[in-house]
Amino acid sequence: MKLLLFVVKKLARLAVLLIALSMAAFALVSLSPIDPVNAYIGADMLRVSPEQRAQIAERWGLNDPPVQRYLRWMGQALQGDLGTSSIYRQPVITVIGQRFTASLALMSAAWVLSGVLGFTLGVLAGGNEGSPLDRVVRWFAYTLAATPTFWLALLLLIVFSVTLRWTPICCAAPPGVLPEEATLLQRIHHLMLPAATLSIIGVANIALHTRQKLIAALHSDYALFATAQGEKRWGLIWQHGLRNIALPAITLQFASLSELFGGSVLAEQVFTYPGLGQATVQAGLRGDVPLLMGIVLFSAIFVFTGNALADLIYHVIDPRIRLGGGA
Amino acid sequence: MLAVRNLSISFRMYSAGLRQHEITPITGLDLEVRAGELVGIVGASGSGKSLLAHAILGILPANARTAGEIYFKETLLTPDRQKRLRGKEIALIPQSVGFLDPLMRVGQQVRRAAYLSGANGSAEAAQRQVFRRYGLRDEDAERYPFQVSGGMARRVLVSTAAVGQAALIIADEPTPGLHPAVVAETLGHLRQLADEGRAVLLITHDIGAALTVADRIAVFYAGTTVEVAPAADFQAGGQALRHPYTQALWRALPQNQFVPIAGSQPPPDQLPAGCLFAPRCPHVSAACRAARPELRLIRGGWVRCIHVEG
Ligand code: SF4
Repeated sequence: MKLLLFVVKKLARLAVLLIALSMAAFALVSLSPIDPVNAYIGADMLRVSPEQRAQIAERWGLNDPPVQRYLRWMGQALQGDLGTSSIYRQPVITVIGQRFTASLALMSAAWVLSGVLGFTLGVLAGGNEGSPLDRVVRWFAYTLAATPTFWLALLLLIVFSVTLRWTPICCAAPPGVLPEEATLLQRIHHLMLPAATLSIIGVANIALHTRQKLIAALHSDYALFATAQGEKRWGLIWQHGLRNIALPAITLQFASLSELFGGSVLAEQVFTYPGLGQATVQAGLRGDVPLLMGIVLFSAIFVFTGNALADLIYHVIDPRIRLGGGA
Repeated sequence: MLAVRNLSISFRMYSAGLRQHEITPITGLDLEVRAGELVGIVGASGSGKSLLAHAILGILPANARTAGEIYFKETLLTPDRQKRLRGKEIALIPQSVGFLDPLMRVGQQVRRAAYLSGANGSAEAAQRQVFRRYGLRDEDAERYPFQVSGGMARRVLVSTAAVGQAALIIADEPTPGLHPAVVAETLGHLRQLADEGRAVLLITHDIGAALTVADRIAVFYAGTTVEVAPAADFQAGGQALRHPYTQALWRALPQNQFVPIAGSQPPPDQLPAGCLFAPRCPHVSAACRAARPELRLIRGGWVRCIHVEG
């Protein structure tokens, strides 16, 4: 019952968010200086007569006032039709589906990697507070936190793809091979560097957070009492530390999906990885309004789901919330 | 079992302007507890009672410095030995469930204490047994700390210490603001532990409560023991007691004259040079202010006052 209420509340929130967001996005797109017809025609510019342009504009309904266009888009969206992407010439849903599958591999690899690595580093640093290891981890994390994603991506590209030639320089598959036809090994090979870039950025946040939470846990009254009971440092961390820091860490990791998504846009751009992030940039540059709107909605749902999951996990796992404040 | 000799604890603190200064919450403290005996340590808050518990267990904060000696079973308690003995030979009963891991079921915490105590046999059996001893049901083991309250919390906390074979049990303020029935029950449990042959140290600000179960009472003032007297002396009345502070404490009890003591305890960074009680003592003389009085054995009790006659 509580769960149902939780879901209903979240869905209502999401609906409001999506409506507001779509309006804002639509307003921005209609103010954009890019002429979608020109962007669509591209190099064929000279071979298209003004009459034909007018026809295209008419077909796309570009002559109508923005409010009317928005309402039309909204009406179709409510029926599940997000329109057709002008650059990929496919339904927006199909494009997002394909692109997201590629991004999902990238993002989940980075997500898991940054979570595991960040948590481990945080525990090692926090468990050895003030030690050289702690200082190295902190220095590493602060440096990473201050590093722009695209710069790191370029650096990795230069080191591992150009100089060492360990990893491919771009794309999701070897040249001449369609991404769908690449073998698992080829896919992983192409995924490695973008995933590493994305995860390294995420590591800093989770490591620093975990370190701080662990230090707080080790200075708590329950840690003092456990020490009085004969618990040693790592017993303390294993028995009480991890139990008390895992939940905030998992929550943080779910709540960081927005940064992950943002990071993937940049990383995919640098590595020419054909994911949703790259499609976002293309849609923006070439005035693909339906696709852009679709991606805006989709990414909002994606991030919102992450945050909702973070909330839900707290409710399901933390006994103090799950069993109610009985004390 | 336990002997504390001339123990001092000081902390280096940094005040405004990064000037380093030292505070000494415990100075020249002496105490003795024998097997089978329950000694109550009473003193106002800020008299350094909890620090004594932490010093015995070796869990003082890193910036604390200690001087003097603590002997456990006639052997000096070094930091190394403390590490080996705590949880096994020396157990702590904390103030509240705030000292339990909020995310671990209480039964599991008692089992962990059993495991750490080094007892043979299964920790689970030990936990069930100790729960039964204190009238807790098996289902209670499944509760989280936030789900236990009042009396049950006391029993769980006592269980964590009683589940092992500790020869010395230190109860640090175990009855803070509790219902009188719960206080009586908890004190009864501590008395039982002493009657089993363990040494029990009951640290409390509630002298009335301590008197109901203690064999001897050690009175703390400004971080030192001013008097260690048999509990019977308190029953006998103010005249049987030795130190002016103890007598004042006795008069402050509700069942006696209920007169509060004038003045307040000196803060640990402004201790007087001579007797620590001198600023509030009705019998103070120039000699009192000259030097710290030594502990003297008078009429079967220890007292730190130069003007008490045998
Ligand atoms: S030594 Fe002097 S000041 Fe101290 S308690 Fe005894 S009489 Fe009072």
